[in-house]
Parts: sequence; C-alpha cells; structure tokens
Amino acid sequence: MSRQFTKLAYESLDDFIYGSCPHPVTCKNGMVIGGGEIYPEVNFTLPAMSATADTLTEAKRVYKEIIDGVLKKAHELHQSNLVIEFETLPQYTEHPEWGIEIHKILRDTMFEYEAKYGVKSVMRMTPNDLREMSRPPILRSGQYWDEMVRIFEQTAKDGADILAIESTGGKEINDEAIMNADLRTSIFALGCLGARDMKWLWQNITAIADANGAISGGDSACGFANTAMVLAEQGFIPKVYAAVMRAVTAPRALVAIENGAVGPGKDCAYENVYLKAITGTPITLEGKSAACAHFSPIGNIAAAVADLWSNESVQEIKLLSGFAPVVSTEQLIYDCRLMNTATKKGHGLLMRDLLVESDCYLDPQAYIMRPDVVFEISREIVKTQSAFTRTLNTAKLSLDILQRAVDKKELHMDERDESWIDTLRDQLEEIPEDEEAFIAEMKEEVDATKYNPSEYGI
Amino acid sequence: MDLQELSLAVEKGKTKQVKELVSQAIADGMNVKTILDDGLISAMGVVGENFRQNKIYVPEMLIAARAMAAGLSILEPLLTSTGVKPLGKVVIGTVKGDLHDIGKNLVAMMIKGVGATVYDIGIDVPDKNFVEKAEEVGADIVCLSALLTTTMPAIGDVIREFEKAGVRDKYHIMIGGAPVSESFARQVKADKYTSNASDAADAAKEYLLSLAQ
Repeated sequence: MSRQFTKLAYESLDDFIYGSCPHPVTCKNGMVIGGGEIYPEVNFTLPAMSATADTLTEAKRVYKEIIDGVLKKAHELHQSNLVIEFETLPQYTEHPEWGIEIHKILRDTMFEYEAKYGVKSVMRMTPNDLREMSRPPILRSGQYWDEMVRIFEQTAKDGADILAIESTGGKEINDEAIMNADLRTSIFALGCLGARDMKWLWQNITAIADANGAISGGDSACGFANTAMVLAEQGFIPKVYAAVMRAVTAPRALVAIENGAVGPGKDCAYENVYLKAITGTPITLEGKSAACAHFSPIGNIAAAVADLWSNESVQEIKLLSGFAPVVSTEQLIYDCRLMNTATKKGHGLLMRDLLVESDCYLDPQAYIMRPDVVFEISREIVKTQSAFTRTLNTAKLSLDILQRAVDKKELHMDERDESWIDTLRDQLEEIPEDEEAFIAEMKEEVDATKYNPSEYGI
Repeated sequence: MDLQELSLAVEKGKTKQVKELVSQAIADGMNVKTILDDGLISAMGVVGENFRQNKIYVPEMLIAARAMAAGLSILEPLLTSTGVKPLGKVVIGTVKGDLHDIGKNLVAMMIKGVGATVYDIGIDVPDKNFVEKAEEVGADIVCLSALLTTTMPAIGDVIREFEKAGVRDKYHIMIGGAPVSESFARQVKADKYTSNASDAADAAKEYLLSLAQ
C-alpha cells in the first residue's frame, strides 16, 4: 500500500536543518542517519582503465587500496561514522558477479575497520539502471533488469545497508528536451513516464531490501536535473530552465518514498530538499566538496539541510597529498566537523543560513533551494496526489517564485535568462490540466521510436 | 531577392519563412551555391558567434539549425544536380559501453551548422561500426565521444580498429568528452581534441576547408 503525503513533515522552518530530520534511519550497526549530526558519504571510482574481465584483478586491487585509504583517514581524523557508496560502473552491473565481488571486498574491509578501530561505516549500494541500454528501454523485464535484481539481492545479503539507484525511466525522452529547454516534454518525461516507472521500480527495490535485511534508500533524477545543471553551467541552456528542472523532479522523487523508500536519499538528488520537507526522511547532498566530479552554483546551499555530505565521485588518482578519494574523505570530514560543532554550540541555524545566503542570490538554481522556497514549493506539491499535476504546478510556481525574486532585485539573472521565464511560461500554458488529455497529445508529438508507452502502462 | 532577409529568417528560426524565401530565390534564378553560402551557412555563422558571445543558448541555435535544415532540404536536389558538394562528411558516435549522447548530439548539431553532412551513429557503438560507417559514406572526419573514465580507453580501441583495417590515414579523428584531454589525445594518436562543442565545430570546419584548398 502506498504512503500518501498531504502536508509537510515540519511545523517550523527553523527545524528544517542539516543533520537532523523527523524520521531518522537506523542502520544495522546502530549508526543513525539524520539523528542530529551530519556525516560524510564517500564515493569513488577507478582511474582511466577499462572495466573488463581482463582488468578485474587490477580493479579489485584498486578498490581495496581506496577503501583502506578512506577508512584509515576516517580513523586518523576521529570520524567514527560515515557512509561509503559503491556506485557500480555499468560493466559491473551488467556482469553482476564482478560487482558483487568488489562490493564484498569493500564491505568486508568496512566490517574489519569497525571491529578493529570502531569506525562505524554503512554501505550504500547503487547499481546502474541498465534498463536504458535497450533502446527504447525495456523497463519491467529482461536481461538488464534481471542483472540489476541479482546485484541488489546478493550485495544486500553480503551486508550492503542501503539500496539506491539513479533511475532513468523517462530519460530517453528528456535528453532531447534538455537540449531544447523544452519544459513541456520534460513534464511528460518526469510527471507522466518517470513517476509511473518510479512506482513500479521502488515497490520492487523495497521488496528486495525487505527480504534481505537492507534499507530501501532513495533515487536521484541525476540524468534529468543534474544534466540540465551541468549544461547550464557550460552556458548551453538557460539557468532558469535548469532551476525549474530542479524543482519539477521532486514529485517524481516523492513516488519512491510513497512506495517504500525511507532514505537517505542519494547524494546527487538535489530534489532531496523537497523530499525532506515533505516526508521528513534523511537526505544526502553534495556541493563544494563534489567539485572533483562536477561544478555547480550551489556549493554551500546544498549543505544547508543535508544529513549526509558527499563528494559525488572521485577517481583513484594521485594528488600531491595522497590519493584523491582520501583527499575527498578529509575534505568531507572537515566540512561535517564544522557544521556539527556549530550545532553543538547552538549556532546550527546560523550556519544553515550562512550556507544559504552565500549562494542563493547569485543563481536561480541556488535560489530555488532556499529553505523558505523549498517549503513554499513543497506545500504546493502536497495539495494533490497526482504526480503529473504536482509536476505541472511545481513548474508554474517555480517560475512565479523566480520572477518574484527578480522583480524584488534579490536574485541575479542575466537578461538572456530572464527572457526565458516568459518562454517557459508560454510552454506551460499549452499543457492541459487533465493528464489523460496531455498524454494523448504527447503520444502524438513525441518520437514513438524513442520510448515504449506500454512499459509505462500508458 | 535580398539574401539578407533569408539569413535573418534563419537566425530567428523562422522555418516557414526560410522555406518560402529559398523557393523564391530559386525561382528568381539565383545561383544555388550562393543561396547556400550567403543565405543559410552565413546565418548559422552569425548564430554560432552569438552563442560564443553568450548572447543566446543552444535551444535558440537548434531552432535556427532546424530552419536552416528546412531550407537545405529544398536546395539539396539542386545542389546535387549542379555538382555542388557539402563542405565535408563527418561520422560521429559515442564509444562502446558509453550511453551518453547529449554532448555528442551538441557537437553533431554544431558541425551540421558549419555546412558539413553529419552521420550520427548513436551511442554504445562497437569499434568496427565506426570504421564501417566511415568507409561506407566516404567520411572526412570521425568524431568519438566518451564521458566515463572507464569508457575513455575505447577511444583508443576505435583508433586501433582503423589502423587494423589499414585505413587510419584516410580519416581525421577528433575526440572529446568530460574525462578526455589533450594529452590523452596524443596518447591514443587522435588527430584533434576539443573541449567543447563550439570548438569542435570550428576545428571540423577548419580541417574541411583545408581539404578543399
């Protein structure tokens, strides 16, 4: 039975802060996420090398080197709680036995450090959503889905604490929409296709988690909103579109929680801020300390309400001080240490607001993540239960909020960006309020070779 | 008729007007190569420059590119019958194991804008498919894209596939993607690395023009 959210999880904006949430998650080793302190979540990947059967031995050596380095650094810096994310390479999901083997190396080392040194760490296991490798994607059956199930199940049995994914239902339509800043198609991709896929997917992931003693964590619209963010950062598409995309991914993301996910949400899911406001579940976010993986205009504000603080991903390459994942670990630990000290000294709210104010006036993508704006958008989302209506209304409200901020001269926006507020509004005006009518229109408009409507049950 | 009007219509992305003006220019007996160069390609040059100067975004460029393509579709039969050739032929794709296509699509779109014919062979492309397509269409340039550190080595594999087939010297191989660098290009013996789509289009144009001289 799906959960329903009709109001926010918070009464006061002052309670909406990093490190704590109304519904913390307790892991198998007793580590509590969202229980009062923000912890680091470290992610890493291989250096430039192919991921094949021939390189598996070397890959296992590199992963072992990484996890030893990361946990040793955590121990040295007295960081007794952290999350490790193993986000597999596509080849390691496609050949689940490879991913399972590497996970076991990582998890066993984590157990060892906990037993020997008291470094409590929790494993987030994130296989790839291989389903998009079929074009058009086959979502609910087939070899790719079977491989994903296999790696989820076995790694959970082997000790993975949290199951997560960056799912891609609807992305096959959205990729081209991003290039065209086509909000109409993005709303179809997220509010109609993506939301339907999320319901099916998260019911399945939750069943796997429940059966194998793991936590049904969360998703990320990385392929949607973060792609938009990166392209906006490169000056390819309007920042306004990227900002609206950030907010409109929230209703799709909410479907995961409605269908069993309990958090912590995935690091690159900036839509997590709206999820936390609505559901009270803990979230991971990434910002300035993820610059090793991608640039962003939200380096500080992303930390304002995070419960775990991530580096997104970093290659095992040698820097002057040491290997990059160890460098990342140190940076995250110091970030968290400062924020937790602020909380202990009674300055948590001040710290949150400093993180917010240092970014929010400089870019619409940051402004849309202000805690007060998050509450305003989240209240709009819970007014209805339809993912499509939520998505459409979120888009409309986001544009109103950004226009209001520009009018009040509290948000910096280039002239060429400002003109896109009206362009996007015009696109929204042509979307019917009735979902069935909209789906019928989009079935006519969207290239039928790119997606399979029946995979979404439409 | 004044080709300036056609050029402006392309810049503004007015597809219907572009079609009408191209038809009118043909009816007026204007040289088809002149219509192509001074009415369509020059307009895309202006659009590209506006993009480089941060005056417009890619969506505006795409609208202009679609308008240009509409005009070109009317011109193409005449260009062929009068022996006018495109600037050159480019095969583009994302290498094996890599599903990323947005950057590759951007490069394809911008290279089309400089007047080349682009054959986009998609994502997750096996090494030999690049060779086969390049040979099939008689390409001048092959563009390879990778977005992951673990798929980047496949760029080298594709280049070796060209070597194995004994056709490496026939093609100018350009590479790009987030983890790719100048030094990597040297390492895998690619001919050109560019860090963004605009530079890729400029580099392709420069190379194709050098062939024509």
